[in-house]
Amino acid sequence: MRAIDTLLSGDLPRSRLLALALGAILFALALAPFLFPGTRSLDVAAKVCIFIVLVASYDLLLGYTGIVSFAHTMFFGIGGYGIAIAMTRLDAGWSALAIGTAGALAVSLVLSLLVGLFSLRVKAIFFAMVTLAVASFFAILASQLSDLTGGEDGLTFKVPEFLRPGFRLLDEPVLGVVFGGKLITYYLVFTSALALFLGLLRAVNSPFGRVLLAIRENEFRAEALGYRTVVYRTLANCLSALVATLAGVLYALWLRYTGPNTTLDFAIMIDILLMVVIGGMGTMYGSILGTTLFIVAQNYLQDLMKMASGATRGIPLLPDLLHPDRWLLWLGVLFVVCVYYFPLGIVGRLRHGGARKG
Amino acid sequence: MPEPLLTLAGVHTHIGQYHILQGVDLAVPRGELTMLLGRNGAGKTTALRTILGLWKASSGSIRFDQAEIAARETPDIASMGIAYVPETMGIFAGLSVKDNLVLAARESALDEARLENVFRFFPALRKFWFLPAGLLSGGQKQMLSISRAMIEPRKLVLIDEPTKGLAPAIINNLIEALKELKQTDTTILMVEQNFHAARSLGDGVAVMDSGRIVHTGRMADLAADEALQTRLLGLSLDVHQ
Amino acid sequence: MTQPSDDQGPLPQARIDTIPLLILAGVVIVAFFLIGSASTWVTLTIAGVAMGLLIFIMASGLTLVFGLMDVMNFAHGLFIAIGAYVGVSTMKAFSSAAGSESFLENLGALAPTLLGAVVVAGLIGAFFERVIIRPVYGQHLKQILITTGGMIVAEQLIHVIWGPDLLPLPRPETLRGSFLVGDVAIEKFRLVAVVVGLSVFAAMMLVLNRTKIGLLIRAGVENKEMVEAMGYRVRRLFVWVFIVGSALAGLGGALWGMYQENVTVHIGAQMMVLIFIVIIIGGLGSVGGCFVGALLVGLVANYVGYLSPKVALGSNILLMMIVLFWRPQGLYPVNRQ
Ligand SMILES: Nc1ncnc2c1ncn2[C@@H]1O[C@H](COP(=O)(O)OP(=O)(O)O)[C@@H](O)[C@H]1O
Ligand SMILES: [Mg+2]
Repeated sequence: MRAIDTLLSGDLPRSRLLALALGAILFALALAPFLFPGTRSLDVAAKVCIFIVLVASYDLLLGYTGIVSFAHTMFFGIGGYGIAIAMTRLDAGWSALAIGTAGALAVSLVLSLLVGLFSLRVKAIFFAMVTLAVASFFAILASQLSDLTGGEDGLTFKVPEFLRPGFRLLDEPVLGVVFGGKLITYYLVFTSALALFLGLLRAVNSPFGRVLLAIRENEFRAEALGYRTVVYRTLANCLSALVATLAGVLYALWLRYTGPNTTLDFAIMIDILLMVVIGGMGTMYGSILGTTLFIVAQNYLQDLMKMASGATRGIPLLPDLLHPDRWLLWLGVLFVVCVYYFPLGIVGRLRHGGARKG
Repeated sequence: MPEPLLTLAGVHTHIGQYHILQGVDLAVPRGELTMLLGRNGAGKTTALRTILGLWKASSGSIRFDQAEIAARETPDIASMGIAYVPETMGIFAGLSVKDNLVLAARESALDEARLENVFRFFPALRKFWFLPAGLLSGGQKQMLSISRAMIEPRKLVLIDEPTKGLAPAIINNLIEALKELKQTDTTILMVEQNFHAARSLGDGVAVMDSGRIVHTGRMADLAADEALQTRLLGLSLDVHQ
Repeated sequence: MTQPSDDQGPLPQARIDTIPLLILAGVVIVAFFLIGSASTWVTLTIAGVAMGLLIFIMASGLTLVFGLMDVMNFAHGLFIAIGAYVGVSTMKAFSSAAGSESFLENLGALAPTLLGAVVVAGLIGAFFERVIIRPVYGQHLKQILITTGGMIVAEQLIHVIWGPDLLPLPRPETLRGSFLVGDVAIEKFRLVAVVVGLSVFAAMMLVLNRTKIGLLIRAGVENKEMVEAMGYRVRRLFVWVFIVGSALAGLGGALWGMYQENVTVHIGAQMMVLIFIVIIIGGLGSVGGCFVGALLVGLVANYVGYLSPKVALGSNILLMMIVLFWRPQGLYPVNRQ
């Protein structure tokens, strides 16, 4: 019990249902290759792991610092492009991976510092607008500098020998599972994601995290207490950007590919927003629930809607509203409802049980 | 005794989670100038803002001209005949001096006679009539701010530290103008740190400390009693003398 | 009587800050030398001004809405999209008038198209203000989230109503093509955009400077509390500014659709980035700044697009960065309290 408490930095789920859900997700992700064999499900599991980190790092900004950034995918993309470029230009080994990651982190750090110092002195609104503009600029840049980035096609690259799908650790499958590069990569992703998540949990429960919360609650007061709010916000912005960069590295490593559609697309930014808000802003665990729910929905809800749309054929408008491509409509509605009525999202609901509004 | 124009009873005001006014009881008699004194941070500005509804009183009653106004919106309260000269003067810097006054004259177009009266005290305003008010000096801005409160007849004028940061000559100018305003049947509630100004203008006086009224009486009595001044106001009083 | 002692010295002059205007002129002149060909330069300049004015129409409402109530509507692009799509449908309904060779009959198609865009966008703006914006007044974080959410939902609904495909929005017959002045080709529709844009700007300036409502809006942008303390209902004013701003965005959307000759669902989101850049460059809350910023963005986009197409898309953000380095509050900072 003590060990768990330390591991979770004293921030326990505080709800039996929540603990159960988190436990189930952890279990499923930890044993995904054995529980859900098949490429598609393993892809979904890896994506969930990576997006949990991405979404949690975004929550550090949105939920804990109270600022909205539209440039989170930019940092995600920098991670992806960092290793993709390094792996294609140098030989595809561990050192190239390290160089790419380090370079990406450095670029992200500088950029997040610049953006932060530029616009964090002003209001949340200004920051949101500037990040939107900067992110769209970066997306344009990535598609224009095709010599470096592969343009719209992106970059497909080789990963270190050990992580390649062709690599075999054991010659024979055990329990029907191939012990090879794919499995190793999955566990690399899984453990990195777990470590990053626990690190973020530690950060928000540290004195640093508590100052962030104080600033979010009342900036006037926090200034009066002598906190340099700009410094704290900038630090949060940088930390969040760095973790997003690492998530981008993991995603690229998993896909062995980086392109605008997998990292920089504005649609991904919207997805992240939806995941944070639906899961629960300002509760790290919300990112786990929100992400899992969202990605599973993304992959399987559409099948359901296809059936519903078919079943309602003949009724005006309804089949259109239930068309599988319209799934974002319903999640958008859920998002708006969450912001109005459940600002703490699913986690807030679970923690406060039957209590009215969080 | 007639009913006071403005009465605060047990008014509490919270800003965020901070409890600023902690039960203010205050009566402002009709036709008088009531001075509101107190140290920095005592809650004087908050009291004026609460009267106008710029902060909402969390409990207590505010009666103005026989109506309960604590729950009303600022524009409604102001429309009942209250003008406000805030500590920050609230000048519209991008608008001309004229347009500042045009907006202040809510009911009608600018009244020539009253305008002449304003110019008599503050000739500078005529000179800068078509220029952006942001170009005025600090003293001229304060004049404009007070003029906006005088351009139409109001039942009550709330004035927050009009002499702050101004040169003595300008302060005297302001005092003259405010004396003239007193001659009309306007009731005034004024916050002032400058004791010279307070003494020459105030009829009644109320002293605040830590969000409460701690003394009420006649200005003349307070002016005569140095021990009371020191006890109520500390040393800050004499600095401007 | 006491003599006022504060009115000596020279009379300060009322002057508008001309440096941004000089920069605008400088951009036009430098472009002339870089481009080298006078006729190309004229064509590009007209294109830039037309684009800038269209952006101004779409952006002006947003900057005022922000100035007045500290509300930033991240779904402003929605009204642009609505204007464009209503334009598509109306233009289709009036296709015979639009296809006629007579300018007057063309006007019979153009007028209802623009009017329809204005009215529908304005009505939806009124609804949006009431349902989406009002519950989150003063809460910036929620505002950004809710309006972004509103944008997602609205974009999807447009999908449902008009379908996912790119739709054509043809210009009326007599406004197609261009005419020659000397060896300079001038697209007719660009002139329409310039005329409409300048009319909107002039009307807006007239209202803001010459009417009491306009004075109240300007005063409210500077200091909303003071306007309320003078007895005016800023909220009511705000609702109308919001509605007019949405209607103008609709107008701009319809014109922009015709300018491009087609409309996609992403028109709103795409324009949003440009509009943010323009109002940041201009100074949040400043209509004059928005005007100069829009022209600057339109001109630079066209010049750079010709000189170095690769950089064109990013030129606006570079422009924003440069302006912010120089004036962190934009070209015409609004003195807000
Ligand atoms: N916006 C605010 N948020 C929190 N506290 C405030 C705010 N404005 C004023 N206060 C606090 O309220 C108290 C009274 O302030 P104020 O009414 O301005 O005092 P005075 O005008 O008497 O100097 C002070 O302690 C001040 O710090
Ligand atoms: Mg004060």
